[in-house]
Amino acid sequence: MSMTTDASTNSAAEAGKPGSGPPGSPGRRRSGSAAGTARLASALVSPTLLVLAVVVMYPILAALYQSLFVSGQRLDAQGFVVEGREFVGLGTYADILFGPAAERFWNAFWNTTFFTVVTVTLEAVLGMAMALVMHQAFRGRGLVRASVLVPWAIPTAVSALLWRWIFAPDGVANAVLGHQVLWSSQALASKIAVITAEVWKTAPFVGLLVLAGLQVISREVHEAATVDGAGAWRRFWHITLPLVKPALVVAVLFRMLDALRMFDLPFILIGQQKDSVETLSMLAFSEATNVHYGPAAAYATLLFAYVALIAFVFVKLLGADVIGEVRSQVPRRGGIRSRRGKGSAR
Amino acid sequence: MTTATETARRTTRRRFDARKWLPVLGVAGIVLYCLAPFYWMVVTAFRRPADQYDLSPLPRTWSVENFRAVFEPGTGFGRALLNSLIVASTTTVLTLVIGTSTAYALARLAFRGKNLVLSLIIATSMFPGISLIVPLLRLFTDIGWINTYQAMILPSLSFALPLAVWNLTMFFRQMPQELEQAAMVDGCTPGQAFRKIIVPLAAPGMFTTAILTFILAWNEFIIALSMVNEREMQTVTVAISKFTGATQYDQPFGTQMAAGVIVTIPLVIGVLIFQRRIIAGLTSGGLK
Repeated sequence: MSMTTDASTNSAAEAGKPGSGPPGSPGRRRSGSAAGTARLASALVSPTLLVLAVVVMYPILAALYQSLFVSGQRLDAQGFVVEGREFVGLGTYADILFGPAAERFWNAFWNTTFFTVVTVTLEAVLGMAMALVMHQAFRGRGLVRASVLVPWAIPTAVSALLWRWIFAPDGVANAVLGHQVLWSSQALASKIAVITAEVWKTAPFVGLLVLAGLQVISREVHEAATVDGAGAWRRFWHITLPLVKPALVVAVLFRMLDALRMFDLPFILIGQQKDSVETLSMLAFSEATNVHYGPAAAYATLLFAYVALIAFVFVKLLGADVIGEVRSQVPRRGGIRSRRGKGSAR
Repeated sequence: MTTATETARRTTRRRFDARKWLPVLGVAGIVLYCLAPFYWMVVTAFRRPADQYDLSPLPRTWSVENFRAVFEPGTGFGRALLNSLIVASTTTVLTLVIGTSTAYALARLAFRGKNLVLSLIIATSMFPGISLIVPLLRLFTDIGWINTYQAMILPSLSFALPLAVWNLTMFFRQMPQELEQAAMVDGCTPGQAFRKIIVPLAAPGMFTTAILTFILAWNEFIIALSMVNEREMQTVTVAISKFTGATQYDQPFGTQMAAGVIVTIPLVIGVLIFQRRIIAGLTSGGLK
């Protein structure tokens, strides 16, 4: 990702600059204690890297390895998994992409993609609108700030239950619409239900991130444009939008990566093994709980590859600068906005 | 002439009013959007089970029957709350212990490959949970860790640790460099400067990070669902998802909503108390 591309040049450049170095007067200390600093740094950084190697790198590689085998497809009389596995190479992938499992895989793939595109688009638009409103608001700021955090703080599992209740056959959604919709069984309706619940939970959060981007735009830019006769709409398109774009792009990237792994919401709101809402995460989970570890690992690996591809495209083509804030010398305002997007909606 | 000016003045006044009221309407819209579903959960929870399908904006008769039902002996809900508390607190403490020193190094020390390390840490948090869970499920099955706390805590570090490192790195960056410089002029090594000067002063940032980590760990679902199949060890998000009635059309929605309120209210209260701190953490002081 972007972060890695210029990592070497950057750290080299940084090392030469005053202020980025270790505390203490940089020039003098460097020669004496550069080795000491490096030792200290590696001592401080290695625990985190070690943990992440165990809980992230190992599983990613193990999934890739396990997806080359088929095992655990048979149970013995006691219901235990029969030991031993069979090497099938890329056979599982062939089954998934073109063979007997293809239909279910592509269905889950398109569901995942559809949910991601629709929810992230809606979240970006709604979040932008909310940010503009919050930016203008002088009254009720405390209230709006508090309420925006509520959907974010509610566990996804609880919000899924809550929306299942709202979308129940006798629920309030049907009462408000005055129309009997079977949200949990009709294909399109259940997709809409999932999208509604997801957007409700995360759009306010995108709003917060965009707001942080809005607040660094100086007022003079807008005033100058107004003096030059630009209307509100033109000011939005030609000033506000380009200037919040970096914040928005990073927020959208993290939202997309989060939407691609969507699991809790459709799982609880609609249910397992429903074609209309089954995502790739749900498909892999369903195979894993049936101890079909080979296919499960293959689905997990494919999802991982998909996520990595999207992240790569975003960082390369749209220039999403994910660690920009930390890389930069002077801490800027709004720096954490990029982090937030990711942390949110697990 | 006079009428013309008058009309003009009136128009400006009306436009002025619209300008004044539009943001207020917008704010009301956002508040309604964010709170209406939550409000519906609370209201449903306080209805009598018999009134479950009422659509009145307030319960006709207030009742805590649903809350009592949540804690009935058969549900195991109290135990699930305890499990969630154990998993989320342990994850938070471990994350802070491991992440603080790393964040300090990333924020304050110059070393080769710093941006690479930071990129790796951030990148790991983007990986889909299921990609980690499938192999870990198998590993934990082999070593007998299914239905244990560590089987939930260890994978939770995969998302908690990057978040904490990022958050704390930002925080350390904002502390004045002079702090360590002064300490080292007085003869401290960089390590001592970190332990004796920085860590105590970083308490607010660590506190914010702790809140965020705790909320994320508390809300975690898929790891807890995969790693545990005994009711005794379920966390509360899993327990709540399994609160179902006999048939699809006979669901104890009232009880579910009461359980949801119990799980959510501590978070909401915490968020309201610490909202400035949390938003400052989220947006680096952007919202004044």
